[in-house]
Amino acid sequence: MEYLYFPGCTLYTKAKNLDEAGRECAKVLGFELKELSNWTCCGAAFPLAKDNIMALAPPARILARAKEEGGTLTTLCSVCFNVIKRTNRLIRGDEERREKINTFIEMDYQGDVQVLHYLEILKRDVGFDSLKAAVKRDLQGLKVAPFYGCMLLRPFEEMEFDDKEAPTIFEEFLEGITCEPVDFPYKIECCGAFQSVGAPEVAMECAYAILNSALKNGAEAVTTTCPLCQFNIDSMQREIRERYNDFPGIPIIYFTQLLGLALGLPIEKLDFNRNDVDPRPLMKEKGLL
Amino acid sequence: MGRVGVVLCPCELEGVPLFNPEVLVEGLKRRGDVLPFIHYPPVCSELGMEAIRAFLEKSELDRAIVTCSKPELFGPTFKKALRQWGLNPSLSEVLGIRPAPERGGLQEATGDVLILIERKIDEIRERVPSKSQGVPFTKRVMVIGGGITGITASIDLGNAGYEVLLVDRLPSIGGRMLQLSETFPTLDCAQCTLTPKTVETGQHSQIRLITYAEIESVSGEVGNFLVKIRRKAAYVDWAKCTGCGLCQEKCPSKVHSEFERGIGPGKAIYTLSPQAVPNKPVINRELCRYFTRGKCRVCEKVCPVGAIDYEQEDTFIEERVGAIIVATGFDLYPKEEIGEYGYGDVPDVIDGLAFERLLSASGPTAGEIRRPSDGRIPKEMVFIQCVASRDPERYMPYCSRACCMYTAKHARLYKHKVHDGRAYIFYMDIRSMGKGYEEFIQQGVEEEGILYLRGRVSRLFRDNDHVVVWGVDTLTGKKVDIAADMVVLATAMIPSHGIRELAEKLHIKTDEYGFLTEAQWKLYPVETGVEGVYLAGCAQGPKDIADTVAQGDAAASKVQALFAQH
Repeated sequence: MEYLYFPGCTLYTKAKNLDEAGRECAKVLGFELKELSNWTCCGAAFPLAKDNIMALAPPARILARAKEEGGTLTTLCSVCFNVIKRTNRLIRGDEERREKINTFIEMDYQGDVQVLHYLEILKRDVGFDSLKAAVKRDLQGLKVAPFYGCMLLRPFEEMEFDDKEAPTIFEEFLEGITCEPVDFPYKIECCGAFQSVGAPEVAMECAYAILNSALKNGAEAVTTTCPLCQFNIDSMQREIRERYNDFPGIPIIYFTQLLGLALGLPIEKLDFNRNDVDPRPLMKEKGLL
Repeated sequence: MGRVGVVLCPCELEGVPLFNPEVLVEGLKRRGDVLPFIHYPPVCSELGMEAIRAFLEKSELDRAIVTCSKPELFGPTFKKALRQWGLNPSLSEVLGIRPAPERGGLQEATGDVLILIERKIDEIRERVPSKSQGVPFTKRVMVIGGGITGITASIDLGNAGYEVLLVDRLPSIGGRMLQLSETFPTLDCAQCTLTPKTVETGQHSQIRLITYAEIESVSGEVGNFLVKIRRKAAYVDWAKCTGCGLCQEKCPSKVHSEFERGIGPGKAIYTLSPQAVPNKPVINRELCRYFTRGKCRVCEKVCPVGAIDYEQEDTFIEERVGAIIVATGFDLYPKEEIGEYGYGDVPDVIDGLAFERLLSASGPTAGEIRRPSDGRIPKEMVFIQCVASRDPERYMPYCSRACCMYTAKHARLYKHKVHDGRAYIFYMDIRSMGKGYEEFIQQGVEEEGILYLRGRVSRLFRDNDHVVVWGVDTLTGKKVDIAADMVVLATAMIPSHGIRELAEKLHIKTDEYGFLTEAQWKLYPVETGVEGVYLAGCAQGPKDIADTVAQGDAAASKVQALFAQH
């Protein structure tokens, strides 16, 4: 099985640990990620103004290129996934804007590339049962809270990813890699990352509420698919501890890192040193290192 | 065969001519079998009606079509007139002509109308006169649905001397009102108000109850409907049963009770209430230990008169009636489908009817407000209005009409029972336009300290032993988080299940939500498109008790007027 892979800018820089583990795991699980040629930034925000055609050009170009290279397009980053999937749907259904975009990017794209998140490949094509069979390092007893954030799920009608209020794909994945998923009410909330420049206080309070809820429900770690969420709930923990002295801290681990851990990849390939709150003490405590 | 008379009404619909009268008359004249007639002023005027009568009499026609632009409005008038003038109803018809917006000019529209009329002429020429002309008009009524609406209509008609068959799919009559605690705006006990009515219905010499039954099929027409009814197997011989209640008491099962809305357990053999009319139990086959596991038969052992009959089967009866009133009531939008409020998985989040059961003296807690999860008395109560109502993007676009009032009532009754409790109501607007309603709301706010917050609740979830409610107060612009002990959702009223199938059997229409469509909203509110079939109550749309009773009375008086003509 081969998929066209759109890494996105963050995965080449800050979120290398999300990217590299994802690529390595694909090899182990027997599917190939072929990096899209000449890709650009996805734009990082789906435009809400109807006449903002310009913001749709980069994701449209990415999709048109994927069409030329003839494949299903996959991403790891929730934000890229959100922007590309919504643009694809818009091009498919809105003739007027499709023509404008095509004229602008000087390509002819009709919206017919399939856009899948890596988690969907694991569920649909690999299968969580086969995933379980491929586990080399048993993570039993590791209590992980899956943080969906907003970008994977919303707007529900456009993303068609999972149930909007009670999604389960992340939990199924965690069970597949023998972790114990921890349900917590904040799992589908906004992490506040979009406020981290303009109103860092707000972003910090969002992160605190999320992490506190995960901790209260017994989580030992939180996992995410999104570099923005990762940034806000991981790096923000320093500020949180300054404000709330009793906040114990909790490691935030990308889902591909957990996957790699379960599939038995060497620890150095999982780049744990890039995570702000170091997950390795927890791993040691659990006897995983 | 004689010619078919075609009466053309030249009136314009909202100023737009529907066809060119001269061209249409010419077109019809080309057929030898038609006698067209056109009259100015429009035929619905007094002069017009007189002119049609004279035309029909002079031409000695036995088959006729009257065209008009608003058949739902004029249809009943014309139909009645045609019958009075001696035409067989099965050989005459009122044909609605509507503008065809997608077509271009008047010429094309006229062509379309001609085709429409010619089709109808051909159809009417084929018809054989219906036999019902010779069959006597049956002055018996069937009322479908034994809630307060159906009961009201039945008593009216029974008192007027007509025989009434009251059909309900539940084992006893009383409907939704039987589940209620007290009613707004007077805070009368619902059961104390209703029970005399149900008893009167049960004992009325003119009313026959056919409960635990469903309508299988309907044929015939006004004055002569033939209705096939399926009496569901109760597994209890009601002729023998004395209603002593021993079987319910001894039944070892503890099962989900639809009547108690999941708040309290029920038994597999049950009556809906101790005052049920008729006071005869039925066995729920799906939940009965004997039927599901093959062992038990406790009810059979304890029954002093040997009324239990596990071999009983559904039976069918056929009844001939002259008119039918449909009063099948409502359900609540299932909270299990509302994701933002927990898909029904949070135990202390219940719907309005469930809260009625908690408040009710005959409910599972004997009227004490104890929350379902741990039986504690809730001190922080949140009520949310417009849940799945007035939400066109996701749920129902319409207003459910009764929720503003019953939520105010809930909060007030809560405060009457839990003096140190706090009641919050999230609302969009307050719609309290009934007599004494606004005063009722104000009293709750001013004297009982109910806190109204104008805004919606975006999410709620369970957090340890609290239900966390995230809402907003749009009057202060602030986000409001409440760690509540219990939440009551005023979920939308929807038509009771099976309404579309029933409407199909009766050849009456429903709207896109399944509510029955009246012949015309303002002037024919309880009539349907089928002569002799009337509707009343929440089957037509959300209503409170006062409105629904008024409609039950209205439907009954329509039937009396119909019967008086024959």
